[in-house]
Amino acid sequence: MIQMKAIRKIYSTGKVDVEALKRIDLQVDKNEFISIMGPSGSGKSTLMNIIGCLDTPTSGEYYLDGEKVQTLNPNQLAEIRNQKIGFVFQNFNLLPYATALENVEVPLIFKGVSSKKRRKRAEELLDQVGLKERMVHKPTELSGGEMQRVAIARALANEPSIILADEPTGNLDSISGKEIVDLFEDLWKQGHTIVVITHDKEISDRTQRTIRLRDGMIVDGF
Amino acid sequence: MKGFLIFRLFLRDLKKQRKRITLTIMAIAWGTISIVLLLSFGEGLKRSLNKTQHGLGEDIVIMWGGQTSIPYQGLGKGRRIWFIDEDVELLKKRIPQIEYISGEYARWGVSLTYKKNTVSEHVTGVYPSFKDMRAHYAEIGGRFIDDSDMKNKRRVIFLGNELKKRLFGENEDAIGKTIILNNIPFTVIGVMIKKMQMGMYGGPDWDKATIPATTFKTIFGDKYLDDMVYKPKDASKAEEVKKEIQKVLGAKYKFDPKDDKALSLWDVIEGQKIFSKVLLGFHIFLGIIGGMTLLIAGVGVANIMYVAVKERTREIGIKMALGAKRFHIMSQFLLESLLIAILGGGLGIVISVIIVEIWGAIPVKTDWMQWIGKPVISVEIAVITAVILGAIGILSGIFPSRKAATVNPIESLRYE
Repeated sequence: MIQMKAIRKIYSTGKVDVEALKRIDLQVDKNEFISIMGPSGSGKSTLMNIIGCLDTPTSGEYYLDGEKVQTLNPNQLAEIRNQKIGFVFQNFNLLPYATALENVEVPLIFKGVSSKKRRKRAEELLDQVGLKERMVHKPTELSGGEMQRVAIARALANEPSIILADEPTGNLDSISGKEIVDLFEDLWKQGHTIVVITHDKEISDRTQRTIRLRDGMIVDGF
Repeated sequence: MKGFLIFRLFLRDLKKQRKRITLTIMAIAWGTISIVLLLSFGEGLKRSLNKTQHGLGEDIVIMWGGQTSIPYQGLGKGRRIWFIDEDVELLKKRIPQIEYISGEYARWGVSLTYKKNTVSEHVTGVYPSFKDMRAHYAEIGGRFIDDSDMKNKRRVIFLGNELKKRLFGENEDAIGKTIILNNIPFTVIGVMIKKMQMGMYGGPDWDKATIPATTFKTIFGDKYLDDMVYKPKDASKAEEVKKEIQKVLGAKYKFDPKDDKALSLWDVIEGQKIFSKVLLGFHIFLGIIGGMTLLIAGVGVANIMYVAVKERTREIGIKMALGAKRFHIMSQFLLESLLIAILGGGLGIVISVIIVEIWGAIPVKTDWMQWIGKPVISVEIAVITAVILGAIGILSGIFPSRKAATVNPIESLRYE
């Protein structure tokens, strides 16, 4: 599913070059449930941005579902993000003016799905995450846990190859956080591939494999 | 659903930036009113001036005898050319491209008396075709000179509307009454409908009296016509007709057909063309001024959209993460700027229509109001305004939307 060879990422900040990632080799197979951990500055966010095609590596090769990604143009990368990646963010990143149903529909809109099919799919997904009764509510009317469920339903909209979650429980209380991790586990058992960036050991303990980063390199969990 | 979301987003922005968006919409409305009213008054003025121009007559040429300037067939230059009534028939017969032709006799200082009123006026003697060529239309109940009047040399008279007032006053009906022209009784057969007239010779038509050319010749004994008036069948072939006339009259009066001074022609057709171009230029000028006002309002829209892009940076980042392409991001902002342009434009058009309707309902009491005419919102004006509004909407949205599409999704997802 994910194959990275000798990935490097260098940020130029005027006079100084910062090497955020130094020769990362990473493989994630289908239906794996993995976590990525590391202290601040270890390169977790950079790695996540590259996996999620929000950023491109300075050098190295990145194959997602067998497709070489690092040479794609912005529009092609947008298409990859739409159809192969399902993002789940720490601060949910829902559109505040849209209902839960409309938020889940957004990736389907960008794919060009008709409104009837969009609505049906969004309803099914919200039902799957246990929010069928709340679909016409806006994010301001939902709890933190509910908002994250909406975000997960949105991430599943286009049946992505991987679900990429960045600190998904970071803004939740412990009960809601546990519910979210339970949901991820259910999704994994249904056959999804999930990559979670986290500080929380309780989450990483529930994943199959934990990749540890330090100073831009993988030090464990190859 | 997608369109609805965009509208909902616009409403949300409206709540947050109420004052700014309202002012921008009002600016667009003001710009729209400027351009619509300037063009509408321009159109009204154009139609009024055209009508005034046509007061003399439409697509006609007025011809006087001139003086030869080229020696020809043994005859020296400087000979005066005078027309006689046979020339009217001659030209009509020999030049089929002429649709109408009339000779015209004229005399100043002719005494006209009705009861105790005596005036000294300009009297002309013309052919029936003069009516259509020179817009001498009669008020209801009256008529112009006809073929029977000509044949029978009737003593009938057609009065200009101002002349009628001087003889009969405002209220008395003149039709069928007898007036004395140089001690000869004439029956009034018609009074000219009031018209605006820009071009004139021998004074304005509303001050003249007209009798049949044959009657005129009998009474005053004039040998020569003062002028001839003709109308070509095809106004676009006016030059060819002129050349034919020069040939025919040149052969009769023995002057060189190329001699420009032998005949003196007032080509109203050519004047009309030039006048139309001037009016068009004026109309375009008004449109440019209105357009520039609208353009300034467009700057306001662009300003609003730049603010919207900044405030929605995070939202743009979210959408990019979910797979929005450049086109998706740009089209949203473009549509919003178009929406502002449409709302402001719609409001401006409604107000303009109201103003035009109110102005149109005001009765025309003064001369200047008559000259200006009534503003007209034609289909072309509506289309031009709509196109300019659309262009403003797109132009003012395109630069902010391009900025939105180049947002770095990673940076924007962190943007608070």
